[in-house]
Amino acid sequence: MLMKLTGGRVYDPAQSVNNEVRDIYVREGRIVKAPSDGQYDQEVDVRGKVVMAGAIDMHTHIGGGKVNIARTMLPEDHAADVVARTELMRSGCGHAAPSTLTAGYRYAEMGYTAGFEPAILPINARQAHMEMHDTPIIDKGGYVMLGSDDYLLRMMAANDDQESINNYVAWTITHSQAIGVKVVNPGGINAFKFNQRKLDLDEKNSFYGVTPREILLRLARAVKELGIPHPLHVHGCNLGVPGNMNTTLDTITGIDGLPMHMTHIQFHSYGTEGDFKFSSGAAEIAEAINRNKNITVDVGQILFGQTVTASGDSMMQHAAHSHAHPNKWVTMDIECDAGCGVLPFKYKDQSYVNALQWMIGLETFLLVDDPWRIFLTTDHPNGAPFTSYPHLIRLLMDKTFRNETLSKLHPEAQKASHLASIDREYSLYEIAIMTRAGAAKLVGLADRGHLGVGGAADITVYTDDADREKMFSSPDYVFKDGRMVVEDGDLIDVTWGTTHVVKPEYDRSIEKSLKGYFDKYLTMKMGNFKISDDEIVDDGRGSLTIQPLHKGGPI
Amino acid sequence: MTERLDEGVWQEVPSPFCGIASDDLTISVTGLKLSVTENGDPVTVKGFEAPISETAPRVDGQETSLAKAVQRIAELMRDSQQTVISGLATDLNGARAAMALADKGRATVDHMNSTGVFRNFLVLQDTGWMNTTLAEVKNRVDLLLVVGSDIEAGFPRFFERMVWPKDTLFGQDIESRDVIYLGKAPSGDASTSPKGKKAQVIRCDDADLPEVISVLRALINGRELQAEQVGGIAISALSDLAERLKAAKYSVVTWSAAMLDFDHAEATVQTLCEMVKDLNSETRSSGLPLGGKDGDTTVNQVAAWQSGYPVRTNFNRGYPDYDPYLSDSLRMLAEDEVDTLIWVSSFDIDRLPPNSSAKTVVLGRSGMSFEQEPAVFIPVGTPGVDHAGRAFRTDSVVSIPLRQLRDSGLPSTFEVLSAVEQVL
Repeated sequence: MLMKLTGGRVYDPAQSVNNEVRDIYVREGRIVKAPSDGQYDQEVDVRGKVVMAGAIDMHTHIGGGKVNIARTMLPEDHAADVVARTELMRSGCGHAAPSTLTAGYRYAEMGYTAGFEPAILPINARQAHMEMHDTPIIDKGGYVMLGSDDYLLRMMAANDDQESINNYVAWTITHSQAIGVKVVNPGGINAFKFNQRKLDLDEKNSFYGVTPREILLRLARAVKELGIPHPLHVHGCNLGVPGNMNTTLDTITGIDGLPMHMTHIQFHSYGTEGDFKFSSGAAEIAEAINRNKNITVDVGQILFGQTVTASGDSMMQHAAHSHAHPNKWVTMDIECDAGCGVLPFKYKDQSYVNALQWMIGLETFLLVDDPWRIFLTTDHPNGAPFTSYPHLIRLLMDKTFRNETLSKLHPEAQKASHLASIDREYSLYEIAIMTRAGAAKLVGLADRGHLGVGGAADITVYTDDADREKMFSSPDYVFKDGRMVVEDGDLIDVTWGTTHVVKPEYDRSIEKSLKGYFDKYLTMKMGNFKISDDEIVDDGRGSLTIQPLHKGGPI
Repeated sequence: MTERLDEGVWQEVPSPFCGIASDDLTISVTGLKLSVTENGDPVTVKGFEAPISETAPRVDGQETSLAKAVQRIAELMRDSQQTVISGLATDLNGARAAMALADKGRATVDHMNSTGVFRNFLVLQDTGWMNTTLAEVKNRVDLLLVVGSDIEAGFPRFFERMVWPKDTLFGQDIESRDVIYLGKAPSGDASTSPKGKKAQVIRCDDADLPEVISVLRALINGRELQAEQVGGIAISALSDLAERLKAAKYSVVTWSAAMLDFDHAEATVQTLCEMVKDLNSETRSSGLPLGGKDGDTTVNQVAAWQSGYPVRTNFNRGYPDYDPYLSDSLRMLAEDEVDTLIWVSSFDIDRLPPNSSAKTVVLGRSGMSFEQEPAVFIPVGTPGVDHAGRAFRTDSVVSIPLRQLRDSGLPSTFEVLSAVEQVL
């Protein structure tokens, strides 16, 4: 069946299409050329409407152990947002730690068609995929966490060559069914198990003698040499610590020009100036990002209200435990692999620190010049639940609204920020870059995030509205793989997205030493660790999409 | 991965029965008969080797087809004011199907092990914890404190696999590891080191554990006490234990909540978890709750991601409504609040539904015998024996892929419950 979307105002930055009236044709889930005979089977009139590819959340904690700990420990948070079953939809709960089903429905209702879980522990990857399998409509995938695992640190302490490390990285990404590699507090989760309470960029792990800087260089190089499109995804050292902007600046310059994505940069952009010894480092960080073209970032914007922070960074979550609100928290050491920490948190607009965090995030958005290198996230749910994205978009696109909101925040924090004097307002085209074309390019999705012929027909149609929050909350139509799943803001059909992965090559002989390691030191067999393709397909609802690699090779 | 070594011999088989998910078993299969030939223990041998007897579903004691049995379950649910789906000894997809059915049928979900499991969950939901997982124990533990639990009775290979391995990552001499029991003494010698070092036992009655643990926590925090003994234990012995916990580099405090069988044991678990947090102000220490049997971890994981809540959640009002007291299925059954009970028990023929006035449906392992014939009985396959599946182990982190080892033709719980959902 051939469907025509007629006369929309198309924003498709991947093809440099900026607000041009175009027709789009869809057949069997794909965008196709206009038929030579002009015939089609179905028409959807979208004249005057804004048409973009489906949005992609490149960093959202939607599945895996720590998210499920957050769900289990927060019955009181769910109670305010329980979701009843309908003819179409399963029941569930929303807000800070939504059920998988509700998360999928709500993403789709906002025009999102893909989300990527950024912190998949190799040993917990099976669970992350189970949860993503139960997340409807959107496509998914994840970044597998390395850098505090004892296997890598042993290799580094033994000064193994880069090729061995590349093989291990490729093996891990393949058998955990991931699309990228993440490092969280490089080496720090491991150091916490040896009772180290902080780990600066050049501080050594007390057992291995390895530093975070060395871990970042080794992993960033592995990712580049293996041709994995998504750059090394880095949650840096010293998250949340006043003065961490200097570590962040060192991290940016210390990566030797290799591609690196620095995630939730807002949490890593703090200075120590002023009476509160807490200040914004956003200007310096943004300048460094602007200067270093190898760097991409997502912001991790905070918004006010109750949420929960779920992180692999057991070291820093433990250090922050006195801030838990309500006062309950979990940390875990996990399987000589990684760790996690879960703290409920309430961001308050009358708190100096929280208000300044809000400003630092927005300053970063507005001071980074290139929308292809900065991405819209709240680090769901750590800065705020993903359902606050339309509000965030309005803050970026509407200076008056932004400054009105700002004027109500902690007065000392207002004085500590230049945010009010920044005039920039994001355009629809720039929003489309950040949330579609740029995100797809960053994650390595060849067939998503654009509306070109051959692309997947993930399409979102909005009514242009000066109130950008209203506009982005409730699209007119969302098509997922060519099927209309949302009409007038309401879900009308439930589909099950695919799981995007990459399969970099590795030397099979690595399994000999890995098998010995699993047998001796771990508690499951190497063969049982591997997640088969069949597990992703599961009952037939799931599917696997292998994305192309870039040209790799030794640097 | 589980591999077929020879005709009828499987190796690296994971156990869904033992809670710690040992996956080094070798199993030989002859027809429908299984034998654990390597690395078995009383729990896994019973689990894998239980023979199949009946294979046909029964309605009111009469053999019938699966389709008719499914129809009958749907009828019972349609006529029901309050259905409880419990037992829930099943795997990942069995749990998924149970949640989907409960959602559609406005039922309440619970698990056969909830009484123990909620001693931990109530703590997680009130104050949280600092916990660890099995491989960290295996490589790091220097002092293992076992509280109120005879670990080897429930988890026979825990010590062999996690406390006394041949090799560890950080060069620790495993003979330097200390094991201390507080409360119950161990029933066997699993906790004795390979060279014969015995565990220290500080005995007290279960009923005294709340007080003893409170005193231990107070001592760790440097509080001064007037008492000279508590629960029959000299304060000096607890002071010594407190000092050893503070001096340890990576102590692990373990308990099996099912074995802490006294009123409000959750308060004692909470004191333990807070004590571990206190220790972490200076050194490292972690909790390790042991459980994960009969699919309890798996089912609570699935319930949490699909509804936001663990079991003891009801869907009567069309949305998940969690109440660990009101939706305690044992209480509900005892107080005649339930008219239809769907009891899933696919691992252990001895885990039978509680007696009640409710019409009872059993999806059970073949070989069960009932005092009172249930309204519907469907023999279902055992995950990891009769069909493939996945299961979580005790720490809620690691899950194992389960393989089909024989072709019994028994339907999976997923197939049966999904079929009921279809016709409901």
